[in-house]
Amino acid sequence: MSEAREFKHIGQRTIRPDGFDKVTGKANYGADLSLPGMIWGAILRSPHAHANITKLDVSRAEANPDVLAIATFEDFPSVNAAAQRDGTQRDGMMDTACNILANQKVLYHGHAVAAIAARSEAAAIAALDLIDIEYEVLRPVLSIDDAISAQAPILHETMMTQGLAEPATKASNISARMELKKGDIEAGFAAADVIVERAYDTPTVHQGYIEPHATTVVFNENGPSMIWCPTQGHFDVRARVAQLLNLELGQIKVVASEIGGGFGGKTTVYLEPVALILSRKSGRPVKMEMSRGDVFRASGPASASQSLIKVGAKMDGTITAMQATLHYEAGAFQGSPMGPGCMTVFTPYDVENLYVEGFDVVVNKPKVAAYRAPGAPQSEFAAEMAVNELAKKIGMDPIEFRLKNAAKEGTQTIYGPKLKVVGLEACLEAAKASPHYNAPIPENVGRGLAAGFWFNIGGQSSVIINLNPDGTGTIIEGSPDIGGSRASMQMMAAEILGVAPSSLNPIVADTEHVAYNQTTGGSRTTFATGMAVVEAAEDIVEQLKARAAAMWNVTAEQVDFKDGVAHNLTGEDQLTLADICASAEKTGGQISGRANINARGAGPSFAVHICDIKVDKETGKTDVVRYTAIQDAGKAIHPSYVEGQFQGGAVQGIGWALNEEYVYSKDGIMENAGFLDYRIPLASDLPEIEAIIVEVPNSFHPFGVRGVGETGIIPPLAAVGTAVAEAIGQPISSLPCSPPKILKLLMSAQ
Amino acid sequence: MEVQLAGILSQAAGGARCVECTGATIGELLQSLVLRYPEMQMHLDEGVAVAVNGEIYRDRRDQPIPNNADVFLLPRIQGG
Repeated sequence: MSEAREFKHIGQRTIRPDGFDKVTGKANYGADLSLPGMIWGAILRSPHAHANITKLDVSRAEANPDVLAIATFEDFPSVNAAAQRDGTQRDGMMDTACNILANQKVLYHGHAVAAIAARSEAAAIAALDLIDIEYEVLRPVLSIDDAISAQAPILHETMMTQGLAEPATKASNISARMELKKGDIEAGFAAADVIVERAYDTPTVHQGYIEPHATTVVFNENGPSMIWCPTQGHFDVRARVAQLLNLELGQIKVVASEIGGGFGGKTTVYLEPVALILSRKSGRPVKMEMSRGDVFRASGPASASQSLIKVGAKMDGTITAMQATLHYEAGAFQGSPMGPGCMTVFTPYDVENLYVEGFDVVVNKPKVAAYRAPGAPQSEFAAEMAVNELAKKIGMDPIEFRLKNAAKEGTQTIYGPKLKVVGLEACLEAAKASPHYNAPIPENVGRGLAAGFWFNIGGQSSVIINLNPDGTGTIIEGSPDIGGSRASMQMMAAEILGVAPSSLNPIVADTEHVAYNQTTGGSRTTFATGMAVVEAAEDIVEQLKARAAAMWNVTAEQVDFKDGVAHNLTGEDQLTLADICASAEKTGGQISGRANINARGAGPSFAVHICDIKVDKETGKTDVVRYTAIQDAGKAIHPSYVEGQFQGGAVQGIGWALNEEYVYSKDGIMENAGFLDYRIPLASDLPEIEAIIVEVPNSFHPFGVRGVGETGIIPPLAAVGTAVAEAIGQPISSLPCSPPKILKLLMSAQ
Repeated sequence: MEVQLAGILSQAAGGARCVECTGATIGELLQSLVLRYPEMQMHLDEGVAVAVNGEIYRDRRDQPIPNNADVFLLPRIQGG
């Protein structure tokens, strides 16, 4: 990687190769595939949040001539009663199976109980009424406070808290405890001149991807069965379905359709294994779709959280100690992002004394899934709010306060390793110099600022690049494109090969046509798959040099390749990439390059956001009047899509902070399972999000890339929360800052 | 070498935050950890990451570990 390198294509704003099909409606999404002989599946869902299933009789449905197959939990061969009896039950799959089709107990409103496939969608839905089911309704557990109280009903009788000093002896709704520490927390607070201590909470929110889950499946007993679905990771879909149904990986082919958003929520399976069971039983292709209500009630939202934060500092602005107790709702089954929440909460700060304790708590809500930087927005919201309050108390500008304590190269994180070169200070300096921060704060407006950190990951990616005889080519990758990554792959390959990006067609191949790729998530795709693209292109360059050498009767070492042209270093001869491809049949056959890598060296990412909010003190309504997102991208391959990631993260974070929340009745019934009542921000609600790209290169990537997809959702929660607090003159501790909550705060202050 | 155990992983080692292990690669290190602390296998099955001199590795069992390296065993970091 070279910071001083001049790039021809990297950093340009090319047209995305998938754009035309998407804006003209030609692109095929999850629900767009129909096959001859196809039938439809429908799911019977629980009307209760917590209940034992006392009767489940499908015989009347089976007798219906329109019904061709029925699936229940007993159809999971790896975890069902027979597997439990004969000891072949697969480890770790029970929760996944029970979430997909309930086993004797339903654990949230909308929990799937059984599925029916019938000749039409209407017939499948109608036949659900023929399933005879009875419940023994139990008291639902709907909050962390309730779940951890001594009187709480226990959701899972065998669940013991992991991570306690002594092994747990009785079942609990707390599945795990985690503790991280650094330095001497008591001494740190003893050295502080000022301490802020406050409790914060955030609600259950949904990623709000526009495309609901859908799949079309064909079971094939003589060859690979086919699953078509919108997913962030089709190789992971293949693995999970294979595990659940006791199949070999080679017995399943998964095709990733175009995807209408995921944000972490499409990293698991819901419909796919059920549809495969129904297809196997019926011998027909099966299509299944979730309604928007199903998506809200029964896919994976982000955890609600409670955080207790304590931060101490000297009057000169040096933070001496930071402490957090974090509770995360996991939903009905263990596994919230409590771990990364604990690891990220104080990472923007270089502080000697830190202590964090986290708890993973089950409640009668849908099992959570990843949502952009899973776990970090909740904990860093709390930490950043407390930091802002502390800065104000000691009379320091929030940027200067952060610069004085900012994490930098060599900072020892609470989770262990020291940071390499990172861009937090550069982001803070960019914020300080930004037009937004230097503009006066308008009347009746509050301004908030917050930072955010996310690790970013690397992992396994595989890429093949095939060149055609005319010099055009195809980039075959296996990372579903949810944010414009195909354009980035094109540009990186073009940079190495010295050709126009548009001459290389990037495609996301199915699980049979490219080797394994980890899921598109963790901000890994442009970094890791991009690294594989570069390696595959470099493989091609070596071949081009060898082919040219053969044509000139020199050695490959006597050939240079630059900007798409091979140069004979022993003479004046030149051959373009297209020339060499045109003669490929005479020099050894067509040319392709490949790379199968496990990318290391993902560069952590920091961001700083600034938010101005106006509050109507009569109604509590909020208006974001100005917003700036600043983030370290390492190197922006395609600046427009990097800015898009910053803006998208900011908008989702603003929604989380201002309006979004799951609303449950006391019986655990979700009361706002639709976009009319679950209010995500619309374009008309917000100003242009000003994006400032900071580039502190990641030395592990050939072009300096850091992932950019996730960090941008972290700072908005506290930037918005602080702006609202400044506007109304009252501390904010609970999200969302919805009009009723703001009015209540205003009235309590009068 | 000394291996620092983060959070819940230390409980699998009887509460120890730092344990002595051997191994020239990440794979050998994890093997040595499980031999000494069998409860660690559950966490390895769920997935862990290993930080060597500040660099975090997932699924890189062939990665060499230099002498006197700072080594941390971490819960696996996923993403959204």
